[in-house]
Amino acid sequence: MEILAPLLQYLISGLTNGAIYALIALGFGIIYNATTIINFAQGEMVMLGALCAISIYHVNPSLPLAFAGGVAMVTVIGLVFERLALRPVRDPSPISLIIITVGGAVFIKGIAMLLWGKDPYSLPPFTSNVPIGLGPATILPQNLWVLGVGALLVLFLEAFLRLTLVGKAMRACAYNPRAARLVGISTGRMVQLSFGLSAALGAAGGILIAPLTLGVYDMGTMLGLKGFSAAILGGLGSILGGVLGGLLLGVAESLASGLISSGYRDAVAFLILLVALFIRPQGLLGGKQ
Amino acid sequence: MRLPRLLNRWLLFTAAVFLIALLMENEYYLTLLNFIGIHTLLVVGLNLLMGYAGQISLGHAAFFGLGAYTSGILTVTYGLNPWLAMLAGMIISGVAAFLIGIPALKLRGYYLAMATLGFGVIVYIVFTEAQAWTGGPSGLAGIPALHLAGLSFDTPWKLYLLIWMVVILILILSASIVDSRIGRALRALHDSEAAAESLGVNTQRLKLLIFVWSALYASLAGSLFAHTMNFIAPSSFDIMFSIKLVTMVVVGGMASVWGSLLGAGVLTILPEVLVFFHDFEVVIFGGILMVVMIFLPRGLVRGLLDLKEFRRYKRQGGAFPV
Amino acid sequence: MKSRASLVLVAVIMAGLICFGAAGAKAEKKPYVIGGIFSITGPASYLGEPERNTMEMLAAELNAKGGIKGNPVKVVIYDDEGDVTKARLHAEKLLKKDQALTIIGPSLTHTSMAVLPITQQAKTPLISCAAGIGITSPAKERVWTFKTAQTDAMAVSRIYQYLKQHNLTKVAILTVSTGFGVSGKEQLTKQAEEYGIQVVAQEVFGEKDTDMTPQLTKIRGTDAQTVICWGTGPAPALVAKNMKQLGVTIPLIQSHGAASRKFIELAGDAADGIMMPAGKLVVYPLLPDTDPQKAVCQEYDKKYQAQYNKPASSFGGYAYDAMMMLAQALEKAGADRAKIRAALEQTKNFVGVSGVFNMSPEDHNGLTPEAFVMVKIEKGDFKLIE
Repeated sequence: MEILAPLLQYLISGLTNGAIYALIALGFGIIYNATTIINFAQGEMVMLGALCAISIYHVNPSLPLAFAGGVAMVTVIGLVFERLALRPVRDPSPISLIIITVGGAVFIKGIAMLLWGKDPYSLPPFTSNVPIGLGPATILPQNLWVLGVGALLVLFLEAFLRLTLVGKAMRACAYNPRAARLVGISTGRMVQLSFGLSAALGAAGGILIAPLTLGVYDMGTMLGLKGFSAAILGGLGSILGGVLGGLLLGVAESLASGLISSGYRDAVAFLILLVALFIRPQGLLGGKQ
Repeated sequence: MRLPRLLNRWLLFTAAVFLIALLMENEYYLTLLNFIGIHTLLVVGLNLLMGYAGQISLGHAAFFGLGAYTSGILTVTYGLNPWLAMLAGMIISGVAAFLIGIPALKLRGYYLAMATLGFGVIVYIVFTEAQAWTGGPSGLAGIPALHLAGLSFDTPWKLYLLIWMVVILILILSASIVDSRIGRALRALHDSEAAAESLGVNTQRLKLLIFVWSALYASLAGSLFAHTMNFIAPSSFDIMFSIKLVTMVVVGGMASVWGSLLGAGVLTILPEVLVFFHDFEVVIFGGILMVVMIFLPRGLVRGLLDLKEFRRYKRQGGAFPV
Repeated sequence: MKSRASLVLVAVIMAGLICFGAAGAKAEKKPYVIGGIFSITGPASYLGEPERNTMEMLAAELNAKGGIKGNPVKVVIYDDEGDVTKARLHAEKLLKKDQALTIIGPSLTHTSMAVLPITQQAKTPLISCAAGIGITSPAKERVWTFKTAQTDAMAVSRIYQYLKQHNLTKVAILTVSTGFGVSGKEQLTKQAEEYGIQVVAQEVFGEKDTDMTPQLTKIRGTDAQTVICWGTGPAPALVAKNMKQLGVTIPLIQSHGAASRKFIELAGDAADGIMMPAGKLVVYPLLPDTDPQKAVCQEYDKKYQAQYNKPASSFGGYAYDAMMMLAQALEKAGADRAKIRAALEQTKNFVGVSGVFNMSPEDHNGLTPEAFVMVKIEKGDFKLIE
């Protein structure tokens, strides 16, 4: 019991953070599938989601409205980003696309700093703030919201890609863009859709954790990197892989800081990631290239 | 006739470097040029890796930091001769690159990017947390200036001579590597790994060689940086700096030794110029990065040359060969 | 051909640089140039922004009064983004290009340490706004360097005095992994013995971390009687929230880095009961009228509120004290760097926002632990204790 009690607590903390990493990783995966681009501005969508929702909440204190409004605004931003920054690219080599999205991330972060200033903001929790006892550990209702809504979003995404026509078209583009075009799928549309969808997922993640972590203009960079790590760990483009990668990374971090050393937390997490990559170069659930 | 022309070019460049320094009446510009020189060393190495061998590294700041910290710790804590410390830094960085390179260079594309990024994060955290050695986030102070035969490199002007001598030597060295057998093998590797392999190139060994080589450049730059600043702190060696280095390579132009110089120059000067925009600086910086990459995806050197060619073709009434 | 074209390009850029320099060389009627280097953007922007605002506000005010000795004051402020290379470049620029008489800043310990080798070499006074004790000590080697921010050692002794009075002897410390936190950790462990205090757990967190429950879970498993958190920015507020979530009931003491109204706002109801050493600016309305700092703090806060529509922060206070102290020195010394330095060193009984300064050749900070008061948060507001 003595040892188990903190372990459970580490697990709760790790899974909550991991769920957010997973949502960001899915954003990376969706865009990668449609375009083979890694969109390094993905983390900034998380930040925008949190800050937009907070602003809406300040005007009209209704959380469902803030959630829906935040996600909608960021989806539009994702679409605009694709239209302005990626569509006009002349020579889409992976490295120049990386630099463009990095530049985009810097740009978006800068704009957010001008709009919202440098101070952090808080968003009230979705429901009560009283910790729930869970055996020897405690959990906040907001942690449950993160895990629950996160799981729902993943299920929804999976269903969308497997069951709807549009989703099937997106998957077709991922497998073979030329063949997809031959059967009449507009690949441009699908690329657009993938950016909108991943922006929405990122925003949802940002709004979900805002009550736990506060919202501030520079929160996106680190989250983006962690999400990218999770996507790679799980295997690029695999939905289940992204989820698994995110959760594993979150739990690894939390256990590392609890059991080994809080100072070397990220170092331990990244070491695990490196070892995993060296053993399985295509990620945990990635297919052979 | 080829050799004298080549020699001419380098002499011309060396002369230009010193002429420019003489024109700089203000030591601030010399300091700026010194940082450009240090960044050039880093970017040339990374460009050999990215532009010629076709392998990405998002962790090059780690080797830069290893060089800087080895120089700093050995000279400050152990009072070692700075030149020996510099050599020690290169050995440590080289060995680190070798060890991480063996498994990492088997990975491809984004997976390699991730592995090098992870390595960079780990090294950065060690700089921050190993406070007994590195002084932690508050940094390591009191790093002495470099000495050579009674001459102390402690003013921007003397440092300028030292740093740019090194830069010129490294540029010449890199240009001759590119023109050598290894350079041709590298380009083959860049175009198609399988084809290079079938031509008898040991691709794995070649990739490792160039990875270690570029780490040595980075380490050298780090040592020079430490002795220029007399002070180092982990924040100079974070992932953002690695990403900035990749940006310098791409903006200057991949697979171009001169492009490296240009990329390092432009991206070191740009923030200084943008300083007048205050808080808008970051936004403008990001914007410029995007616009340059959208319209000149092959970097400034190639991009501007392409534009020139395009105009010439138009003048002659011909079609532009795409 | 290719390389010639790029050579031309390089030459064009270099030429541009030269013109750029020549254009900046013109000067008007001899103003006193004061340089500023702050972390206005980047992770420490919460320090740099109020510092810049304060410096600009005071310069405008001085000029409205006709300047110093009839000379207008010109402030040139650069943003180092918390990066040592940028800080160094800006310092070089202020020294060589702008010909600053004195430089105020940088905001952080590591950027200050990167700048002071060249300001010392250039024999130009530097008044740092960072906390690190190594910036001004040993004073013999820091002839040209001063600082206005209170040193962590003072905040630590204030906290330990309080703990000793209340017979709390076992503490767990939780520090941020930046210069501020590391220096706090050093002082907390160093001074513990002197006060008969035992440090039973040492944990750290990253500046941008958003979840400290693992560290606090570990602390919960020890027999600590108090948690001391050393951090700045939003993280200390998250520590408070996480403690509440975990049901840790032992008292939480924050550092002066968290002493602001923003902290109470961010921590919400988790802020109740938290204690901390605070600069007097935060609680000036509660101070007795006999306290000399009350009037200074009030004046600063009122002016800052009027201009920027935000309450003044203790970080801006560092720049306020630096600027006011420098104005006094300039009044005495004129545009002579050595005389300015001497005047700064002779500053006595200078009542500032961050404390009462008494500089001397041995002490270029000039503050005592009395610069801090212990406060407790009750019902969303600060209360003085003792």
